[in-house]
Amino acid sequence: MTGRKIGEVILDLKNISLSFGGVKALQDISFNVLEHEIRAIIGPNGAGKSSMLNVINGVYRPQEGEIILRGEHFANMNSYRAAKAGLARTFQNIALFKGMSVLDNIMTGRNLKMKANMLLQALWVGPAQREELEHRLKVEEIIDFLEIQHIRKTPVGRLPYGLQKRVDLARALAMEPQILLLDEPMAGMNVEEKQDMCRFILDVNDQFGTTVVLIEHDMGVVMDISDRVVVLDYGKKIGDGTPDEVRANPDVISAYLGASH
Amino acid sequence: MFYRENGQFKTSYKSDQQIFPIPQDRWAIVAIVALAFFAVPMMVDEYLFRAILIPFLILSLAALGVNILVGYCGQITLGAGAFMAVGAYAAYNFLIRVSGMPALGAILLGGLTAAAVGIVFGIPSLRVRGLYLAVATLAAQFFWDWAFLRVKWFTNDASSGSVSVADISVFGWTIDSPSDKYLFCLGILVIFSLMAKNMVRGSIGRQWMAIRDMDVAATVIGIRPMYAKLTAFAVSSFYVGVAGALWGFVHLGSWEPAAFSIDRSFQLLFMVIIGGMGAIAGSFFGAAFIVILPIFLNQLLPVIGGWFGLEVSIALVSHVEIMIFGALIAFFLIVEPHGIARLWSTGREKLRLWPFPH
Repeated sequence: MTGRKIGEVILDLKNISLSFGGVKALQDISFNVLEHEIRAIIGPNGAGKSSMLNVINGVYRPQEGEIILRGEHFANMNSYRAAKAGLARTFQNIALFKGMSVLDNIMTGRNLKMKANMLLQALWVGPAQREELEHRLKVEEIIDFLEIQHIRKTPVGRLPYGLQKRVDLARALAMEPQILLLDEPMAGMNVEEKQDMCRFILDVNDQFGTTVVLIEHDMGVVMDISDRVVVLDYGKKIGDGTPDEVRANPDVISAYLGASH
Repeated sequence: MFYRENGQFKTSYKSDQQIFPIPQDRWAIVAIVALAFFAVPMMVDEYLFRAILIPFLILSLAALGVNILVGYCGQITLGAGAFMAVGAYAAYNFLIRVSGMPALGAILLGGLTAAAVGIVFGIPSLRVRGLYLAVATLAAQFFWDWAFLRVKWFTNDASSGSVSVADISVFGWTIDSPSDKYLFCLGILVIFSLMAKNMVRGSIGRQWMAIRDMDVAATVIGIRPMYAKLTAFAVSSFYVGVAGALWGFVHLGSWEPAAFSIDRSFQLLFMVIIGGMGAIAGSFFGAAFIVILPIFLNQLLPVIGGWFGLEVSIALVSHVEIMIFGALIAFFLIVEPHGIARLWSTGREKLRLWPFPH
């Protein structure tokens, strides 16, 4: 890892609690994310990892706690504000737009940056046409970056799983996010696909300086690529630190391996 | 000779973003449109204009509108007939109440009124979807059926309840003969189709489709569901409203609310399902199919009955028509949810390789 310098705190989560009825999904969780770092969230199934991401980008509203993004307090984050503030994410179960081509899926990621009004679009003149070309250029750069040139016109429904995951990442990158939230980017992949995905994540982080927050189950991957790791179990934070610190943490070991009391 | 794109290389994104990137397609469409504008008016007799071509053009426009909402944005509607009625009656009122209102202006204002009404009846879509939304749009149908029948102001206090519009003229061109009406409707349909195609291949169209395919992912990348759904309702209702105004002004001349009953709503929805959801061409296929099938059966069934010595009554023909529609809708929903348009594009894919299997 060269070139990138870990910066100040970009995202700070304070005392987040989230419950659904009687189920306490997250209890009083605080951690922060530094600019340009790769931050992993790990934990056993049902630990609240995906809920955490959903809180960060406004899909869920936590009952308590606050989210501070670049010094700005977001009392009630919603998806639209999160997207505007530069948060992008991918999904655990691929959530691509199935009826559209790869190109259109990625172009959709640019929608916040396209300003031409509907009438101009209908007439396909002036700014509307110009925008469509400008953003196509940008999207083509992302297509090159993720090496999916050969499938750009293919409907996403026809693609194999590994490539769909890559298109999901491409769509998130098209937003030119400052913080990229990845929900199990390597779930269900074979070793080679995992290697490719790791390479892309590291390259995104390195070349664009994008801060990455990722959830992953593959411990080898997590310990290898992340700068710091936060560990959740049953909605509580049980560990936080560098991969080595977390690996040595007795609570983490007991959560993963079970401990004799 | 063969339908091939070998050797056609795109060297700019602009040329890759054309509506018909394959030159053969482009020329075929230009030829069809030219044929429709210049050759058809010379070859066709009055009956064909009145019974088939004009209804086909206007219903295509309405189906296009329904397709934007149902096919592209994934919001079901059973109120298309009501929005046609709103377009027609609003245009009528603009025409008779505003002095010096040109007919084309009244038609477009009718469309805009329908768009506004569409936005209002689209608001439930922010909360409910699927069947529940269908019921909400059904309310629009019943409400406007009632309003145009009972509120005399809309029909300018006509005692019979029916309203009529004299032959209209546009920019000094009096549209009175069937071929004039045909050309007028064709012109509007071509312009509106082009605009619809541009919208669905542009940013707004991608927002509609994103909401249709996966709304959570769409909101996460910054699409506002409210904006996307309500614009789809507005644009769709505008198209349907203009079609309604044309149906009243150009096709019927004088009409009553029954012209835009719930049967019309179902008919438009069937056109989109059979023709192809989420395909502009599907609207034309569906409209052609539904306009032509009854006439075709009318001619054919008595002949077939004659072979077996049976008397085929008109009632039987219309029953058979309903049965065939029902069977076809079930067929398409199960076998090919994307309708005739998908069959057509699959056929073209095959043709690109023909005569080789791969």
